[in-house]
Amino acid sequence: MVEIASFRIERVEILRADGTLAAPLPAWAEDPSELVRLYRAMVLTRLYDTKAVNLQRTGRLGTVASSLGQEAVAVGTAAAMRPEDVFLPSFREQGAMLWRGVRIEELLTFWGGDERGSNWSGPREDFPICVPVGTHAPHAAGVATAFKLRREPRVAVCVVGDGATSKGDVYEAWNLAGVWRLPMVTVVANNQWAISVPRSAQTAATTLAQKAIACGMPGIQVDGNDVIAVREVVSRAIERARSGEGPAIVEATTYRLSDHTTADDARRYRDDAEVSARWKEEPIARLRAFLVGRGAWDKDREEKLLAECTREVDRAVEAYLARTPPPASEMIDHVFAVLPRAMAGQRAAILRRAAERAEARAENGSGRP
Amino acid sequence: MSALTLVEAVRTALARAMEEDPTVLVLGEDVGKDGGVFRATEGLFERFGPERVLDTPLSEALFTGLAVGLGAQGFRPVVEFQFDGFMYPALDQLVNHAGRLRARTRGRLGCPIVLRAPYGGGIRAPEHHSESPEAFFAHVPGVRTVIPSSPAKAYGLLLAAIRDPDPVVFLEPKRIYRAFREEVADDGTALPLDRAFLLREGRDLTLVAWGAMIPLCLKAAERLAEEGVSAELVDVATLKPLDTGTILDSVAKTGRCVIVHEAPPSYGPGAEIAALLASEGLFSLLAPVARVTGFDVPTPLPKLEDVFLPALADVLAACRAALVHR
Ligand SMILES: Cc1ncc(C[n+]2csc(CCOP(=O)(O)OP(=O)(O)O)c2C)c(N)n1
Ligand SMILES: [Mg+2]
Repeated sequence: MVEIASFRIERVEILRADGTLAAPLPAWAEDPSELVRLYRAMVLTRLYDTKAVNLQRTGRLGTVASSLGQEAVAVGTAAAMRPEDVFLPSFREQGAMLWRGVRIEELLTFWGGDERGSNWSGPREDFPICVPVGTHAPHAAGVATAFKLRREPRVAVCVVGDGATSKGDVYEAWNLAGVWRLPMVTVVANNQWAISVPRSAQTAATTLAQKAIACGMPGIQVDGNDVIAVREVVSRAIERARSGEGPAIVEATTYRLSDHTTADDARRYRDDAEVSARWKEEPIARLRAFLVGRGAWDKDREEKLLAECTREVDRAVEAYLARTPPPASEMIDHVFAVLPRAMAGQRAAILRRAAERAEARAENGSGRP
Repeated sequence: MSALTLVEAVRTALARAMEEDPTVLVLGEDVGKDGGVFRATEGLFERFGPERVLDTPLSEALFTGLAVGLGAQGFRPVVEFQFDGFMYPALDQLVNHAGRLRARTRGRLGCPIVLRAPYGGGIRAPEHHSESPEAFFAHVPGVRTVIPSSPAKAYGLLLAAIRDPDPVVFLEPKRIYRAFREEVADDGTALPLDRAFLLREGRDLTLVAWGAMIPLCLKAAERLAEEGVSAELVDVATLKPLDTGTILDSVAKTGRCVIVHEAPPSYGPGAEIAALLASEGLFSLLAPVARVTGFDVPTPLPKLEDVFLPALADVLAACRAALVHR
């Protein structure tokens, strides 16, 4: 018998949970202002998530998925991208979307039940939030194919969850990316849970990163609560893809400290003790500890940052709440590039219904017809 | 007898079916310890154990095909889809396999599976969580599509679906999962599939609906009664195969028909029923057949959901328009 294939999966850890270094810093991270930028983005994301959950609880927002504890995955990934790359998020990557220029008010608009939130002012080629799990991975392959066909030095970056790795769509996209050597990087945000289903019930494989091997591409695991490591590892994968060397999978191990969404109660299926233990590993405290240790951060700066980010979130919430509701024509005017003649009657009917609903609301003072 | 909500009736029927038949399995995402996102399978894992209640990896295409294999082996898998919008991967398995396994093998292999899903709008849910995909499923040969409209219907029809030897798509109107209670005797009595239910008798007009549109149409019928109009209400319940007789008989009596559904109008179930009336009930019609539906647009997010979903005023307006023709 001869061995014809074997593999090894590496894991990268730079910043330990206590804020000390497990490995040397990458060169870019020697600049404290770079780290402060990442820190700020994670803090802003957490404040946004907290506010979004509060808005939902008080009936001013729809169901929403917090990224509490996973901020480093999203922020580190986005920070590794160039503006001209294309990002394809699932539904927990607000940290990355904000970094790339989507506004808080736009995120709230979407989760508040208004599609206009997906027509954001920022990265116009980025894909909207993808709710059907894993179905955007093939889109990333398509975007990457477009880059390859046009010989553009750009990369499609897609984030999927640990649960999503069980979907055929995701494997199929990875398989193609391997065969066509596409400039596509997938970050697997392994937060250990898919609603109530633990990572161990999704796959018998030791890592999710090793799924790359079967597709003929490199797979690497990174401590997803270490924003420095995430940015470094994803950046290497992206630059490799940009230079024509093909796709990669980065498994970022993290932990979902929040409920799955505001519609979930995680205490039904996991122990509080597990969650408390994981709080000790969360990404923001460790970077703060590191910055403080380096003399690059202190209480004053922390307070100033919190005040500034809180103001930013509050202003966005005000703008969101003040936004006039979408006109009913919104639901039909963008279905086709040009409204087919045959649908003109339906457009009129939509407007009629909307007017009747408004009238009824005015009459009985209730929100519902 | 106890007064159950629709989702409790589903749970009660599942437990009853599992109790009486050891081949009944419950499969899906989060159906185990979590009890399903709507709690439809709550307590089943504790009661029947991990070999009867199985959390699968996250893949709808997988668990639909898995059910086909289990079904061919004599199990009766009941698969839960978390939401309507995640059912579309099931179409490949339904069209290419579940709906034709029996026919392809000339009866050698059957497919006694049930695909359950919460469906429809009205709960202000996120994108892809408020779809009405019944027409897709009703279009598949060899597959039944069943939609209960109340707790008692949910209990009886789900039991029938599980006991049926062929594939059933069972769509549960999530908007009325907890909207009201109804006395349900958990005595294992199934309701018939392939039969529409006459929920209210009337002379002037027939309302045809299913799912969450039934309570709405009942309200419409009551309102019309105050105006001296006597409306009959047909709960289709099994969309395919359609109980044409009950609908034709009703319209033969009333001469007017208003069909109400949430799904978009084009090629929807309302079109099938209207075609039935055009071809087999034309001479009893006193007014054009009317449809009150959603629109041919992707189900809008909550801010515009109220405009998309048929409401009482829309049903009443359609009825009054039909009544103009005397
Ligand atoms: C195709 C599909 N099936 C089911 C769901 C319902 N659902 C939403 S999120 C989720 C779990 C996703 O787990 P994972 O991929 O690990 O991402 P996470 O939520 O942990 O970020 C499920 C089952 C969905 N959105 N899409
Ligand atoms: Mg997960």
